[in-house]
Amino acid sequence: MLFKNRHVISMKDFSREEIDHVLDTAEKLEPVARGEERSRLLDGKIVSLLFFEPSTRTRLSFEAATQRLGGQALNLGSVEASSVMKGENLADTIRVISKYADLIVLRHPLDGSARMAAEFASVPVINGGDGSVHHPTQTFLDLYTIRRESHLEDLRIAMAGDLKYGRTVHSLCHALSLYGAEMTFVSPPELRMPPEIVRDLKKQKIRVKETDSLEEIIGDVEVLYMTRVQRERFPDPEEYEKVKNRLKVTGDLLKAADPELKVLHPLPRVNEIAPEVDATPHACYFEQAFYGVPIRMALLALAMGVIE
Amino acid sequence: MKEKRDLKIQAIENGTVIDHITAGQALNVLRILRISSAFRATVSFVMNAPGARGKKDVVKIEGKELSVEELNRIALISPKATINIIRDFEVVQKNKVVLPSYVEGVVRCMNSNCISNSSEPIKSKFSVLRTEEEGVSLHCLYCEHVISEEIAENLL
Ligand SMILES: [Zn+2]
Repeated sequence: MLFKNRHVISMKDFSREEIDHVLDTAEKLEPVARGEERSRLLDGKIVSLLFFEPSTRTRLSFEAATQRLGGQALNLGSVEASSVMKGENLADTIRVISKYADLIVLRHPLDGSARMAAEFASVPVINGGDGSVHHPTQTFLDLYTIRRESHLEDLRIAMAGDLKYGRTVHSLCHALSLYGAEMTFVSPPELRMPPEIVRDLKKQKIRVKETDSLEEIIGDVEVLYMTRVQRERFPDPEEYEKVKNRLKVTGDLLKAADPELKVLHPLPRVNEIAPEVDATPHACYFEQAFYGVPIRMALLALAMGVIE
Repeated sequence: MKEKRDLKIQAIENGTVIDHITAGQALNVLRILRISSAFRATVSFVMNAPGARGKKDVVKIEGKELSVEELNRIALISPKATINIIRDFEVVQKNKVVLPSYVEGVVRCMNSNCISNSSEPIKSKFSVLRTEEEGVSLHCLYCEHVISEEIAENLL
C-alpha cells in the first residue's frame, strides 16, 4: 500500500483496505501517543499547521501527534494576523508553505479548499476540515474509536442529533457502509439525514431506519453517536427547547441499553449527554478525543513515508 | 416545400453543422463553444426548427471544424445532438456527441461557498455522470456539490 506523499482530503478517496491500514498503524502507535514509549519517527520533520479558522481541538491534537513522534510543528497561528498571507491567495500561500515544511495541515472555511491546496502543494496536504464538507481525520478517529471500543464489522449504530448539517456523520455513514453497518438515524424532522445520503446507503444494501426517539432504539444498538443540535438551526426557539430535551442521553435512558453500548460524541457537547453518563462504562467520548492523537500520528507518518 | 426549408438552413461549403440540438439550447451551444462577437467565422443558427422528431435547434459554423472535445461538451445540455463535418458541400463525417466524463472551466459550481467560486487561480472541475432516472449530472471535484437540472443556467 503506497501512502507516501499521499494527500488526505476526503474519506471517499480511501478504500476499506486503506482505512484498515491507517487504523492498524494508529494502534501500533498508541503507546507512543499515551507517552508510554518514545519515538523519533519524525525526527527532523516539520509539520505546518495552517489554520484559517479557529479549531483549537484539531490543531492541538495535530501538534501533540507531531511532537510525540519527535517532529516539529510550525504553528502559523491566526492566519489573518500573519504578514506572509496579506492579500495573498491560498494557492500562493500553499506554494510558499510547501517550501518551509514537509507536510501541511490545512483548515479553511471554503468547501473544497483542501482539494485545491493539494493541487498546488509540493508536500502532502492533510485536510483538517474544509468548509462544511470534509473532516477526514475526524472520521478516521471515529472509526478507530468504534474499532477499539466496540467493533466495525456489521455494527448496529445509531447517529443522533443534527444529521442534516453534521458533516462528521455524513462521512462516517459512508465509511461505515464499507463495513456493512446497520444504521439508525435519530433526529427531529427538521434535521433529518439528507435523502440523497439515505438513498446512497440503501443502494449499497445498508439497512437504514429513521426515527425521532432515542427511547425507541436505545436497546437495539451497539454504538450511539451523538452530535450537537445547534440552536441557530431552529427558526422557533420553542421548537429547539422541545428537541434539545428529547435527544438527550441520561442515566435513565441508558437503563434500557445494551450493557456493551458505547456512547460517542465528537465534542464539544452542550446538553446532549447528561454529566451522570460520564462515570458509566458507556461513556467513550473522552477516550474518543484521545484517539485523535494516534490517528493523526498514523496519517502524518504514512503521508511522510516514515512508515509504510 | 424543400426549397422553403433550404432557405432556413442553408448549405455550407466547409465547416461544421450541429444538428438535433434540444430546442431552445442553441445559444447555450454557442456559449459552450465560446463563440462570441469576437469570433471571426460565419455562424448561423436556427431555433425551434420543425424536424422529424419534433422541434430542434441547428447551429452552422462556416470554415471551421471544431475539435471533438469542444463538440462533446454540447452533450452536457443536448445529449442527442449530431455533428456533421462538411467539406466541399458534402457531409464527410457524421457523429453523435459523446458525453465527456470530465469537464473543466465550462460550468460554475452552484455552491457559493465552493473554492472554485473564489478568486483562486483555478478553473471549475466536474466529473460527469449520466443515469437513467436523473439524466446528466455534474459533480464538483472540489466541494462534491451536484448540478443536474441547472446545467445550462450555470454555463461559464
Ligand atoms: Zn464546488
